[in-house]
Amino acid sequence: MKEPGILARFETGFERFRLEVDLELPGDGVTALFGHSGCGKTTLLRCIAGLQASSGRLSVNGDVWQDSNTSVPVHKRPLAYVFQETSLFPHLSVSGNLDFGYRRTPAAQRRIHPQQVIDWLGLGHLMERRPERLSGGERQRVAIARALLNSPRLLLMDEPLSALDQASKRDIFPYLETLRDTLDIPVIYVSHSAAEVARLADYIVMMDQGRVLAEGGLQETLARPDQPFALEHDAAVIVPAVIRERDDQWHLCRAEFEGGSLWFRDDRQPETGTAVRLQILARDVSIALAANHDQSFQNLLPARVTDMAAEQRPGLTTVRLHVGETAFLARITSRAVHQLGLAPGMAVCLQIKSVVIVE
Amino acid sequence: MSPEWQTVWLTLKLAGITTVLLMVIGTPIAWWLARSKHWLRQPVAAIVALPLVLPPTVLGFYLLLLMGPEGVVGIMTESLGLGTLPFTFAGLVIASVIYSLPFTVQPLQNVFSTVNERMLEVAATLRASPLDRFFSVVIPLARPGFLTAAVLTFAHTLGEFGVVLMIGGNIPGETRVLSVAIYDHVETLEYGKAHLLAGGMLVFSFLVLLTLYLINGRLNNGNLKS
Repeated sequence: MKEPGILARFETGFERFRLEVDLELPGDGVTALFGHSGCGKTTLLRCIAGLQASSGRLSVNGDVWQDSNTSVPVHKRPLAYVFQETSLFPHLSVSGNLDFGYRRTPAAQRRIHPQQVIDWLGLGHLMERRPERLSGGERQRVAIARALLNSPRLLLMDEPLSALDQASKRDIFPYLETLRDTLDIPVIYVSHSAAEVARLADYIVMMDQGRVLAEGGLQETLARPDQPFALEHDAAVIVPAVIRERDDQWHLCRAEFEGGSLWFRDDRQPETGTAVRLQILARDVSIALAANHDQSFQNLLPARVTDMAAEQRPGLTTVRLHVGETAFLARITSRAVHQLGLAPGMAVCLQIKSVVIVE
Repeated sequence: MSPEWQTVWLTLKLAGITTVLLMVIGTPIAWWLARSKHWLRQPVAAIVALPLVLPPTVLGFYLLLLMGPEGVVGIMTESLGLGTLPFTFAGLVIASVIYSLPFTVQPLQNVFSTVNERMLEVAATLRASPLDRFFSVVIPLARPGFLTAAVLTFAHTLGEFGVVLMIGGNIPGETRVLSVAIYDHVETLEYGKAHLLAGGMLVFSFLVLLTLYLINGRLNNGNLKS
């Protein structure tokens, strides 16, 4: 019987560092390994690739790559790896680099072909160039294309954008989103950038000192009121939505999510029909017992209190509420909780001050 | 063939065969020395470097004993029906391989230790087996080192004298190489013939080294652009 998903249990270490994880990751979508540098996220990725020796067990969508008796050598694992810094072969042209893995992939296993990725990543005019004559962004695009041409069953990416400047990052990001939305390849993505995780990840693993602090679906995990971790300093939820309407007179647009819709201002004026991820900070959300239209909040949503947790700083409480299926967080004073008599199950009105598109 | 040309041809043949053999033998040794963390690494490195510091006559003396009729190697070759190796061309080749070993291994070891480990990892994730990685990544990246090693080995074997005298002697067409011939000419006061060979050797060596530096300069420039 094939067990779906990625089961990864590893123990390894070098002097003064131990990695010990036991994970059950989804077999599709983007899983982010998130944490500070030195938390072990790259080591974990290298264990999955087989580049770092470890004891444990790894199976990827039913195929065992490592167990107590055997470890499939790296070159026999149907994976691809995009490294942090330039990793193109300096002695080969772009075309030679792209061909390297493709040529070694058995014809029957090839699902992605050179012309597809060359067109998609816009590499046509670079094919004869040497890596030293490419910009940082171009190099990383070639590295991504080369990885995809390996027709991997698992794509590992180790901070593929961190060596790039802001402009190159902006160029490459849409490709990563398209990759996530169109290719049926599970991706494990190492990052210490909250923005990248918020924009790309479906599932998140938070790591610290070689251990897993928390893991779960991105939305559910960020919406936990006890805040096992926040992407940035402030608690915030990520809500996937689709732009449905634009009001050019007031420079607003309306995005629909599962359970309701939100009005907000955005300078880029996204086209209707665009799928976006919205970020709403817990401190920008307040709670009223009834809808009061006599004020400036543009978003009043009927919601139900799910649960709440005291914040570390005394006097503040984080409340989780659901609008339809979608969870929000509101950070309010504990006195307000007391005065309003908030309790799980109570129907209230959410007032949302600020919404931004994650980018 | 005139005796002079016979000597030149024999010398080039010895240097050529030695170089080819050493490329094959020296490459895995150099790779192991550059990559391994085994405790035997330093002792092996020292043994490989021995010919650099030993007087050639010392090396030749022990090889003579080893390969002679009383020596371990000699007894072996005789029982295999090959006779003994001293004073044969084959014996000269074996001695040259040992004598020139460091000139192959050290440049290769140096260039291997500069090959970025990351490139090998990348190749592994792109389905290249260890041997495939060596041929498709290490050798192209280490090309300047191979060139240096080959030229140094070839040139060093050309100039070999002490070892040849000890185990090869001076048999025309079999073991009489350039350096020995020059020595002979000088001994018999045939300075004209000595000049011809010595001058030819000087020009040839200069041209070989010049070519090496020109090619290496070009390769390095190519690499530095990145």
